[in-house]
Amino acid sequence: MNEDSKMPDMSVEIAGVKWKNPVTVASGTFGSGIEYADFVDLNGLGAVTTKGVATYPWEGNDTIRVAETTGGMLNAIGLQNPGMETFIERDIPFLNKYDTVKIVNVVGKTLEEYVEAVKMLSGQPVDMLEINISCPNVKEGGIAFGQDPKAAAEVTRAVKEVSEKPVIMKLSPNVTSIQKMAGAVEEAGADAVSLINTLTGMKIDIQKKTFLLANKTGGLSGPAIKPVAVRMVYEVAQAVNIPIIGMGGICCAEDAIEFMLAGATAVSVGTANFHNPKVTIEIVEGIKKYLLDNNIENVNDLIGAVR
Amino acid sequence: MLYHENVSVIRNESLTNDIYDMRFRSRDISAAAKPGQFINVYCNDSSRLLPRPISICEVNGEEIRIVYRVAGKGTKELSGIRPGEKINVTGPAGNGYDVDMINQTYSSVMLFGGGVGIPPMVELSKRLKIKTDVFLGYRDCLFLNEDFCDDANIHIATEDGSAGTRGNVLDALKASGVDADLICACGPLPMLRAIKKYAEESGKKAYYSMEERMACGVGACLGCVCKTVEKDGHSKVNNTRVCADGPVFDASAIII
Repeated sequence: MNEDSKMPDMSVEIAGVKWKNPVTVASGTFGSGIEYADFVDLNGLGAVTTKGVATYPWEGNDTIRVAETTGGMLNAIGLQNPGMETFIERDIPFLNKYDTVKIVNVVGKTLEEYVEAVKMLSGQPVDMLEINISCPNVKEGGIAFGQDPKAAAEVTRAVKEVSEKPVIMKLSPNVTSIQKMAGAVEEAGADAVSLINTLTGMKIDIQKKTFLLANKTGGLSGPAIKPVAVRMVYEVAQAVNIPIIGMGGICCAEDAIEFMLAGATAVSVGTANFHNPKVTIEIVEGIKKYLLDNNIENVNDLIGAVR
Repeated sequence: MLYHENVSVIRNESLTNDIYDMRFRSRDISAAAKPGQFINVYCNDSSRLLPRPISICEVNGEEIRIVYRVAGKGTKELSGIRPGEKINVTGPAGNGYDVDMINQTYSSVMLFGGGVGIPPMVELSKRLKIKTDVFLGYRDCLFLNEDFCDDANIHIATEDGSAGTRGNVLDALKASGVDADLICACGPLPMLRAIKKYAEESGKKAYYSMEERMACGVGACLGCVCKTVEKDGHSKVNNTRVCADGPVFDASAIII
């Protein structure tokens, strides 16, 4: 008997782009993959999602930028990035050595900066763009576009107009109705949505009687936020017809499967990379094993199966 | 090259009230390790997600020795690990000291270690072939002061005056009358700032091991950065990654 014939189909498709499996990384936790290539064969990932990149280099916030919390962490990096020119010269050629889907996360402080960054990526060998309108740690742009459905729709329309690639809009959980946000970007032409970005949090140093993070607030990530993220993925799946990339505290295959059952077509692994640099590949293998153990032939059968 | 391994702890004992000495074996990490580099040690309790960066104190064959202070719940958990139990580690992380360059360029060196900045100086002193004076700063209880190679001259400072010179490492330096071409220092920021002032005034070349709160520990997240004088080659801004481009920096390149 041919062993391969028993192997479940792990591939998914998002906006016409085929992924070999539904696992990618959450932007900002994996660089462009360079730092993780010692631990993970990037060919084994469905996609690599890069750290956010802007038209020009950003300094980011002052330190302290990170803090551990129970079952999670706060970060206020402030989207430090080397700018598009360096990214195109250094990071894209690195990623192109690998047979995986390349998703570039794009950041901006104004509508014009998002558009310019997307234009700079024209003709580059990348597969999809993820537009970050949900970073809680930069004053201008970012979250300003991510908390107002009209502004989010406006960014979506503007980048769709200039993008050669499918556009994923990354949504913030720090809103009253994430369904409204998802609906607004879908109507404006988004090809997919990814959620959730981090939840705004705070930690206070009781010895120094001051904020622990230089930015005062930071984004909470890690397993502590997972139930919130699963609920939001489920809600958005009920509200839109475009694919969802689910994330928020995924640490193991069981977590990833929860997100898919709630309605995600693919999942992103973020903070868990910091606890185990090999975790992404372990999750791919774990999903495969779950499908085999449960006689499920196609991973797509999981998507939105819980209604 | 960084290695992520599940290793067996060989030994884990206290040196003082809150300073612990852990040994584990790893062929790959020990072969690649340089003084000044560190190990990311992961907690087995997965509610504590982030690795604890702990500097390499010594490499003996395939055995790595790390010496750390119990400062919070994570290091408290580490201190309770018994020989034979396993932990996950990633290493050797960071750049470390360029020992060959130091041996070829300088004829004498002063090593300054303050508190848990002392451990990396042990391996560094073992690999240096030039005249070495070591200045160790403690609050009160001494540790590792007898673990340096015989060729190194040890000078001790304690804040409470219970051993050596009362005061800090610079007080011990003054008392010793020692002079050298090069400074290598690891310790708390106030100590590094004082040494920076001394190095600048005396026109000496210096290298510092920096500390910063880290998340990934491998250079991906940009959580731990240090301000730089010039634009950094990797980041393209005046920030450099402590975990990947450091923790050892040329004193003239960074702002502390």
